[in-house]
Amino acid sequence: MKAILALENGSWYEGEAAGAAGETGGEVVFNTSLTGYQEILTDPSYSGQIVTMTCPEIGNYGVAADDGESRKPQVAGFIVRDESPVASNWRSDSTLREYLVRHNVVAISDIDTRALTRVLRSAGVMRGIIATGDVDPRALVEQARGLAPMEGSDLVLGVTCDAPFDWKPARPDEFTTSAERQPGRALRVAAYDYGMKWNILRRFTAYGCDVRVFPATAPASDLLASNPDGVFLSNGPGDPAALSYAVHNARELVKSEVPVFGICLGHQILSLAMGGSTYKLKFGHRGANHPVKELETGKVEITSQNHGFAVDADSLPKDVKVTHVNLYDGTVEGLRHETMPVFCVQYHPEAAPGPHDADYLFRQFLDEMEKRA
Amino acid sequence: MPKRTDIKRVLVIGSGPIVIGQACEFDYSGTQACKALRAEGLEVILVNSNPATIMTDPEIADRTYVEPLTPDVLEKIIDRERPDAVLPTVGGQTALNLAVALSENGTLEKYGVELIGASVDAIMLAEDRLKFREAMREIGADVPESRYVRNMEEAVDAVDALGFPIIIRPSFTLGGVGGGIAYNIEELRELASRGIDLSPVHQVLLEESVIGWKEFELEVMRDCADNFVVICSIENVDPMGVHTGDSITVAPALTLTDKEYQRMRDLGRRIIRRVGVETGGSNIQFAINPENGRIIVIEMNPRVSRSSALASKATGFPIAKIAAKLALGYHLDEIPNDITRLTPASFEPTIDYVVVKVPRWAFEKFPRADRTLTTQMKSVGEVMAIGRTFKEAFMKAFASLELGSSGLLFSQNTRRLAGGLTADEEEGALQRELSVPTDRRMWAVFRAFERGWTVEELHELTKIDRWFLVQFSQLVELQRSAGLVGLRGMSRDMFRTLKRSGFGDRELSGILGADEESIRSARLEHGLKASYKRIDTCAAEFESFTPYLYGTYEQECEADPTPRQKVVILGSGPNRIGQGIEFDYCCCHAAFALREEGFETVMVNCNPETVSTDYDTVDRLYFEPLTFEDVSSIIAREQETGGDVACVVQYGGQTPLKLALSLQQAGIRILGTSPDSIDLAEDRERFAQLLWDLGIPQAPSGSATTPDEARDVAATIGFPLVVRPSYVLGGRAMAIVYDVAALDRYMIRAVAASPGHPILIDKFLEDAVELDVDAVADSTGAVVIGGIMEHIEEAGIHSGDSSCVIPPFKVIDRHVALIRDYTRRIARALNVVGLMNAQFAIREDTIYVLEVNPRASRTVPYLSKATGVPLAKVAARVMIGRTLAQLGLTEDLDVSGYFVKTPVFPFVRFPGVDTILGPEMKSTGEVMGGASTFGIAFAKAQLAAGMQLPKEGTAFISVNNHDKPAVVQIARDLRDLGFRLVATRGTANYLRAHGLSAEIVFKVNEGRPHVGDEILNDRIQMVINTPLGRESFFDDRTVRRIAMMHGVPSITTLTGAAATVQAIKALRGEGLTVRALQEYHAEAATRKA
Repeated sequence: MKAILALENGSWYEGEAAGAAGETGGEVVFNTSLTGYQEILTDPSYSGQIVTMTCPEIGNYGVAADDGESRKPQVAGFIVRDESPVASNWRSDSTLREYLVRHNVVAISDIDTRALTRVLRSAGVMRGIIATGDVDPRALVEQARGLAPMEGSDLVLGVTCDAPFDWKPARPDEFTTSAERQPGRALRVAAYDYGMKWNILRRFTAYGCDVRVFPATAPASDLLASNPDGVFLSNGPGDPAALSYAVHNARELVKSEVPVFGICLGHQILSLAMGGSTYKLKFGHRGANHPVKELETGKVEITSQNHGFAVDADSLPKDVKVTHVNLYDGTVEGLRHETMPVFCVQYHPEAAPGPHDADYLFRQFLDEMEKRA
Repeated sequence: MPKRTDIKRVLVIGSGPIVIGQACEFDYSGTQACKALRAEGLEVILVNSNPATIMTDPEIADRTYVEPLTPDVLEKIIDRERPDAVLPTVGGQTALNLAVALSENGTLEKYGVELIGASVDAIMLAEDRLKFREAMREIGADVPESRYVRNMEEAVDAVDALGFPIIIRPSFTLGGVGGGIAYNIEELRELASRGIDLSPVHQVLLEESVIGWKEFELEVMRDCADNFVVICSIENVDPMGVHTGDSITVAPALTLTDKEYQRMRDLGRRIIRRVGVETGGSNIQFAINPENGRIIVIEMNPRVSRSSALASKATGFPIAKIAAKLALGYHLDEIPNDITRLTPASFEPTIDYVVVKVPRWAFEKFPRADRTLTTQMKSVGEVMAIGRTFKEAFMKAFASLELGSSGLLFSQNTRRLAGGLTADEEEGALQRELSVPTDRRMWAVFRAFERGWTVEELHELTKIDRWFLVQFSQLVELQRSAGLVGLRGMSRDMFRTLKRSGFGDRELSGILGADEESIRSARLEHGLKASYKRIDTCAAEFESFTPYLYGTYEQECEADPTPRQKVVILGSGPNRIGQGIEFDYCCCHAAFALREEGFETVMVNCNPETVSTDYDTVDRLYFEPLTFEDVSSIIAREQETGGDVACVVQYGGQTPLKLALSLQQAGIRILGTSPDSIDLAEDRERFAQLLWDLGIPQAPSGSATTPDEARDVAATIGFPLVVRPSYVLGGRAMAIVYDVAALDRYMIRAVAASPGHPILIDKFLEDAVELDVDAVADSTGAVVIGGIMEHIEEAGIHSGDSSCVIPPFKVIDRHVALIRDYTRRIARALNVVGLMNAQFAIREDTIYVLEVNPRASRTVPYLSKATGVPLAKVAARVMIGRTLAQLGLTEDLDVSGYFVKTPVFPFVRFPGVDTILGPEMKSTGEVMGGASTFGIAFAKAQLAAGMQLPKEGTAFISVNNHDKPAVVQIARDLRDLGFRLVATRGTANYLRAHGLSAEIVFKVNEGRPHVGDEILNDRIQMVINTPLGRESFFDDRTVRRIAMMHGVPSITTLTGAAATVQAIKALRGEGLTVRALQEYHAEAATRKA
């Protein structure tokens, strides 16, 4: 079946339907990771986005039950150059297409994804529509222009959990990397779920932490009332500036003297809470190869990234220090409060997909929690 | 961190001659390293015995030593040059082994020289499998079970524990030489004893077999701050059991989940740390069990490698260049990425295309060689192709191989069945071809799918991952549908799908039963033409500034040609015997010269090992197959912006020459000598007429298409004869026949192989002295002779396999003058503009022209190194209209001293293949030795080729009757030098009759101890053995092979023996000294002035 991707800039691409039939809209972004399409599909941070994989061969190893980052695909749509007809891996349960159809994800293949990426790179990410079957591309362009923009969108409410729950760890498998160290005693983490990737929870488990997960809207007092050793703010979709409730709660946490750790959207929310501001990047950082420098040691980590907004370094108050920068464009990748036990990173130390270089941040959080106890 | 300031002079060790397992990828990496080091203000001293390299161009290093790569010679260079450091990681295993030797014999300590890039400990740890295994276990990495053994008893014990099949890996040999897989005790005995023999420490590792597992490689880098990046992941389509150099490989890895891949990456980081490679690149190989994901580490190379050259070309990330900078103390994040300019080298390249590498073998040169692919590498070259999908890249790679009609993936079934096989026989044959990997397995896979075999059946037999097999079956499906509708009925959609799946016009022509031109015009009518995409290290995330391009069928084209005047240089494709690095050297020089002349240079090539495919060698690089379709499409694209586009075809060997006429017919301007002149020189009748008109002698000749005709020709010319098919490259299928019976045998075989094609028959000028001449001619008719090279072996040995020397040392002045005169007249008569190579033979005071090729030859780089004049560059300037006078070249070139070129052979890899030389070229590479006397120059060349000449001991002599008179003087000289003489009965009797005492030793079939035993017992230090002109006896072959495997010089021609005697004399008299090319060249210049 034919499919069309139409963009708000008036252009469109004709290809083949690669998932469910129908129509979908969202912000069209690209991810340059060579592996991990399943983790990307299921990452709630992609809510509202149509993801283009720049790696041309997608679906080769199918989809495996254990590799999801949430219960189901979260992307608004999916774009690939060449879709694999088979799933060739001992762990796979189904082909990519079966999986996308089952979860009603509209996808398109066989288009010039590099040309598309170059457009997004130079003009910036933009809204788009994928529609299958006999459709009028001009009408789709108009429709794309009518979609709500990402700026100002609260997408967290659509992906956070409904009520608090305790994370029940699965048994570690052969792919679980061992933790740098184990804590002296069982540690309790209270985590805000803005659309949390499961691998963050798996990493906490590996580091000997029990996690209670709270909805994004839960008041900070609820988290603190659980008497945690540390509080965690997760990744998630959309514009951090639209999340005034989350920023408000984060402010409470920063003041609480409980160690606080944030990743991605959690990092942006903490920055806002500490007095900084955020802005939208032209085409974001999405991939598994971004070099990040830890300023204190000079060490370079290869990181997994997925964000469209960034923290403005100049906006930060004096007592918040930039700890990590992106070597591609110098943007802020990590922060630490000079006096309070609060630190956060823009990128994804939990990887999935991507390198495990930054796993030490979980150990650092462990250090902070144990220091306080 | 700033770079280290304590290192001012660095010695870079090259990899020596091109051999199987170590090819021009090390010229690429070495050249990059030298340039990077000099750019940092360091003085670079380079040593490499291979003159056919860009790295030995005198302007690449401050001091260039084309000297043998032995610890003694390196010590002499270190003593003379006093470097602060040695960089051993860009010259393959050769350089690493030398570094270890220099450390162990105390040279490094004595001169206070530091190893940079890799420490001796790291090298030893990576190389010593036992230590490596322990180290891997320490860091929690799984490795195959294995045991070291030193004799058969231990081997049998080991196999009891490990079971069959079992892998045999000799310690410290290059490219797995002597290794293999044993399936039973017989094979174990054979392979283990050979391996123990070949290992310098007489030890082999027996290893648990993981045959059939998936195989992966990671190219990783680390800096001294412990920053770590993976440059590229590579997946082998051929599973474990086939050497990675013999495997079809693909980048990036395509069948791993992120979890599997990251686990491998984590291992990579732990391994490079544990082995202790503090700066630079390494290659790590892994195997993964497809049933349960178990991952094991196979091996690690603490240096740049063939795979890192591939990874550099596949990603655009220059590993060797960065490795050199890291060795100086830079951190990855302090080095910019050349391609994106704005981002640093501390990142992991990501790609938005698929790269496929396919090896190129030369089994046709070694008919007795076993074509089975095992753990010992057998291929001589490789091609790489880039496409947006695996299918496209795969099809392009096969089109790049230049295998003619046998290279086509489809329609092989009809060919086979036409060859007389029944369908049943074909099924059986297929089954074998699929389960036992050989160079032809992929064609068997396609035949099997065409015959309706299933993916599961093929997976069972080949263990190739189902993902790849499904891709192949889809290609076969596409081919089937295309064949059904035919060219006339083909819709644009279907045509587009075929092109997007990589089907070349040529492959389609076979499938659709139409000629290539009809396919092409139908395609263009549908508006289907290639667009070009950039390789940018980052999947388009950032802008790229280097036009490094590949063709595909996509919407957007990023070629972005300029309106400048440009020259397209066509490269030489995959390395093969007869067409190797020399031609790539010439292509690079054309690019350098034309860039200096203000042209925009455009390179087209598909060989990832080369300097020509480095993105900074030319202004614009197209990594594409060298087919008419691809080349004409590139030129058409480059012409779109209006600049004048001309094309150089005379530098890349046969590959571009084959395209010359069709390109010219397509209206493309060919620079230099016209394709018609090239054709004239190749067309025997036209060329014979031309020589006749010039009054220049040529050996009598004729041609025949049947045995009867051949007999008639023989009757007029007289035996012996040289016979060969009319299409030849590197002497393919050429033979010398001495009688009617041999002629008949040859003709019957040849006619069966290619009916209707004439066989060329020449008088064989027995015992003639052969010479090679390279010259440059300009459009005014001026001709400068670059050099006259005298072959050391007599006529009958392919010029590429013959040692040669410049200046000629035995040819009299009158003959030299005549050769100069003939060369000039022929160049003018052919209207040569550019390079010309001519071969002459002198016999009984007559000089015959053997062959003239108005194009770059194999000897151009050697001659350029000897004379100090870059002939290929000069010729390139001449081709765009400059005159030799303008370039300051008015006299023939001269050299200071003697320079001997000696070939190297791959026999050690092909058990059962005779080491005897003949008219069919067999060498893979060459070395050069220079000195002020012929003897030392020859000795150096021999040493560089791996043949350490004895200064004393026992010489074994066994020659045919024809050679007996002439061997007497050689034997006498040897005796005078103090050698003991032993000989076979006939030769011994002859020598005794001439007053020389020679002991008799048994031939191999005469009883024991025979000559082979004596060689193995170290009682013979040198073998002089000339075979009969016809089929040689098995006995001779055995002796030569034993000598070769045991490292005893084995000389098979009398002229070679005479030169060897001279060399031994000189070695004992003068000894070896070393000298930089820059010194030779300065002396030649002074002498001229």
